Amino acid sequence: MQRFSDLYWKLDSTTSTNQKVAALRDYFGSVPPQDAACALSVLCGAKQVRAISTRLLREWAAEAAELPLWLVEESYAHVGDLAETLALILPEQLTNLSGGSGTTADQSSLSLSHFMHETVIDLKGKPDVYKRQKVEETWRRLKPRERIVWHKLVTGGCRVGVSRTLVARALAELSGLEPTTLAERMMAATIETAEDFQSLISTEPTSVDGLRPYPFFLASPMSGEVHELGSITEWQAEWKWDGMRAQIVRRSAGISIWSRGEEQMNDAFPEIVNAAESLPDGTVLDGELLAALPNNLLPFSMLSKRASRKRVGKKILTEIPAVFVAYDLLEAHGKDIRSEPISFRRKELLAIVPTGFEKRPAPAGGVVKLKVGNGNTNDRLFHSPLVPGGTWDELGCARQNARYRGVEGLMLKRTTSSYAHGRQRGDWWKWKVEPLEIDAVLHYAQAGHGRRAGLHTDYTLGVWDGNQLVTIAKAYSGLTDEELIEIDKIIRSTTIERHGPVRIVKPTLVFQLAFENVSKSTRHKSGIAVRFPRIARWRRDKSPHEAATLSDLKALLEQITGE
Amino acid sequence: MWATFLEAHQAVSDLLEINPNGLYCPAGNFYIDPWRQVSHAVITHAHADHARPGSERYLCASSGKHVLRTRMGNNATINTVRYGERFSIHGVDVSLHPAGHLLGSSQVRVSHRGVTWVVTGDYKLQHDSTCECFESVPCDVFVTESTFGLPVYRWPEPATVADEINTWWRANADAGCTSVLLSYALGKAQRVASLLDPSIGPIYGHGAVMKLVEAYRASGVRLPPIDRIPPRSRKIGGGRGIVIAPPSAAATNWINRFGETSIAMVSGWMLLRGVRRRRGFPKGFILSDHVDYPDLMQAVKASGAQRVLVTHGFTDIVARLLTERGYQAEILPTRFIGEERPDRSAVDKNLEDDMQSPESE
Repeated sequence: MQRFSDLYWKLDSTTSTNQKVAALRDYFGSVPPQDAACALSVLCGAKQVRAISTRLLREWAAEAAELPLWLVEESYAHVGDLAETLALILPEQLTNLSGGSGTTADQSSLSLSHFMHETVIDLKGKPDVYKRQKVEETWRRLKPRERIVWHKLVTGGCRVGVSRTLVARALAELSGLEPTTLAERMMAATIETAEDFQSLISTEPTSVDGLRPYPFFLASPMSGEVHELGSITEWQAEWKWDGMRAQIVRRSAGISIWSRGEEQMNDAFPEIVNAAESLPDGTVLDGELLAALPNNLLPFSMLSKRASRKRVGKKILTEIPAVFVAYDLLEAHGKDIRSEPISFRRKELLAIVPTGFEKRPAPAGGVVKLKVGNGNTNDRLFHSPLVPGGTWDELGCARQNARYRGVEGLMLKRTTSSYAHGRQRGDWWKWKVEPLEIDAVLHYAQAGHGRRAGLHTDYTLGVWDGNQLVTIAKAYSGLTDEELIEIDKIIRSTTIERHGPVRIVKPTLVFQLAFENVSKSTRHKSGIAVRFPRIARWRRDKSPHEAATLSDLKALLEQITGE
Repeated sequence: MWATFLEAHQAVSDLLEINPNGLYCPAGNFYIDPWRQVSHAVITHAHADHARPGSERYLCASSGKHVLRTRMGNNATINTVRYGERFSIHGVDVSLHPAGHLLGSSQVRVSHRGVTWVVTGDYKLQHDSTCECFESVPCDVFVTESTFGLPVYRWPEPATVADEINTWWRANADAGCTSVLLSYALGKAQRVASLLDPSIGPIYGHGAVMKLVEAYRASGVRLPPIDRIPPRSRKIGGGRGIVIAPPSAAATNWINRFGETSIAMVSGWMLLRGVRRRRGFPKGFILSDHVDYPDLMQAVKASGAQRVLVTHGFTDIVARLLTERGYQAEILPTRFIGEERPDRSAVDKNLEDDMQSPESE
């Protein structure tokens, strides 16, 4: 536990990737494999057990520190991190607690896996009295810094600031394997035991290959001028679909649908699993899951509603049917073809998935029937058609109209590009349509957490409906630190009411809100949901009454969707 | 606005009261740390938010005279008294007592018609070899700061922090990388210097720091040798040196003159991971010249006061807690009325508390 805690703080104290990799490598190289497995699952953000609710933990800590609970809450509001707050208020020596014998600080050197088992996993479902005794005993065993890490573990919220790529790099340095090999293995295997870890870093081929997907290749946002990419003949363009990135793996071991977050989504998309039966053995498709009725794409919000379900019933299957639009083929007839150029992979893809997915063309209104029906491959699995364009300007026009087609813009891929790993700049670009923008008024504000603790940085923005503000979005990002501090002051001085952490403010602050799209929503009072809202800039020059109205937004919705 | 404001605070303002100029004693016709220019100002200490220029006469503890002089200029009229020496201002009994905040910092004891108030100014109970130790003064009404008045704030032992700083400095020196310690120019910088182990390498001070180092020396405080930064200062002391500079210097080109550096901030706020991260300091040492929470509670108890006025910091929280614990506790407003909670900007202000812009040399 001590070593893991040290690793946590080392990673926390540096922004240098080399130092992070070195810290990870040293850690993995020095702990027993069962601890490495345990640490790896935490570092990679595997789902954690919430053994104790944060409510109980803060109550017990308040009592141990002999403080009223409200004072602990106030402290939390100031610190912005509960695990840290509780560790800071607890006395270093807990002598006043009942039960247990004296402190045994050296026990913190207990192996992480033992420790996790005994003080986290084992507590799940136990009666509170037992949990409390265990908590107090554990506090006694740990130093304050270690307590912070353990609080995060025991409440199931331990997130560490390293990417999987960095972890893969560290393990590669340790094992002598390629980082990509490790990234692939990490993606497929559940690493829980010492053996799991050993086979992960083993130079022998491993058994986890069965249904393992490939690490996703990510496109970079276009920042410069598209003309600078060179001759258009070296590029292919596709629509940038607004769905969920996924890989379909069809092998002799079975079928698996993987999200980019490396979760298996078979249960959420049974009709896609069904359709994938018809794919030849040894096929891996990369593409996008979309929700689509026979004549219309459904908004992303409906798809995500569906994706979060463990089981989908008939109703959902009918109301929110899914399709898979493939844009790449990574494995054909059992052979990894990622290093082949995309021109080649695409030819192979079209041989396996011959039907292209068509969406209604611009402008709004015209509708192309989608063939979405009875579960045949052709009705569920499509390929993503290329967007024609002989010049960059032509493609520019297509991009301009992207929103009216229900897509986010264009993807530009170099025809010679192989399927790389992670986000490597240069070969794949996402050329998104310019965001939509309106001016909205700050309505409610709430203090942020972590880096933004103590500052009101979580904004709820509204537009005018008569002389009332109706909420249209929450936005957290887009302002500089200096602006955040200044706005925080204004929020404090214009607060009308406080409801716990939420402040209702007098409408004085106007922000230019950027978003990708609008759709109808039953969840929001305004009846409209905006996609990817963020603050483009603070409009100091505007008074609140110059901000947008709900009818402005409704007009926008109508213009885009034809509804 | 002032009319209603004053009315609201009338109840608490018998011997001392708040008026538009600051904390005022009507019976003695003097102010303590006034916000504006007045005729008689008793100064608790020379930090900029307590000692403001332009008043006709200043009174401070004798050991604080040199420091206050550097701040108020040569023309200011500064009278001094020794700690504990009782004197009368228009029949009001006044004395100054060490507050332990920095050299010459005082608590002001004001006694009249059988009622005694103590105004702490800023204070700490921790050991500090560069100033006099805090002395608990019995009183009826105790006016306390609450900068760090949350139970999360508990300071480590200064000796432990000194070890950490010296270990860090030694490691940098061995790597040939100049160490830079950021701390307020007045008080903290001198305290930090007193904790350094001069056997590791040479110690240098930024111009703003040196002015006050000299004032401290003139007042008889013993500090290790500290030099001005030489003009061509890349790898000063062959990379074994340490530079003490105000935090604002870190944001300027000034810092680049040292070549490869390792920078650390010295402040009580460094206790919080979030503050360290958002200020972008990879390294922070927890050392403050304000009381932490346990010492604040102890100071209140030791004063014997039944009534406690809480100012500067987590006022509402500390006042609520003291009320629950049986005290008659109220908030004493500071100059910035409205928001008492130390928000992010207050944290930043306090980091840069009493800092001057980096001077060219």
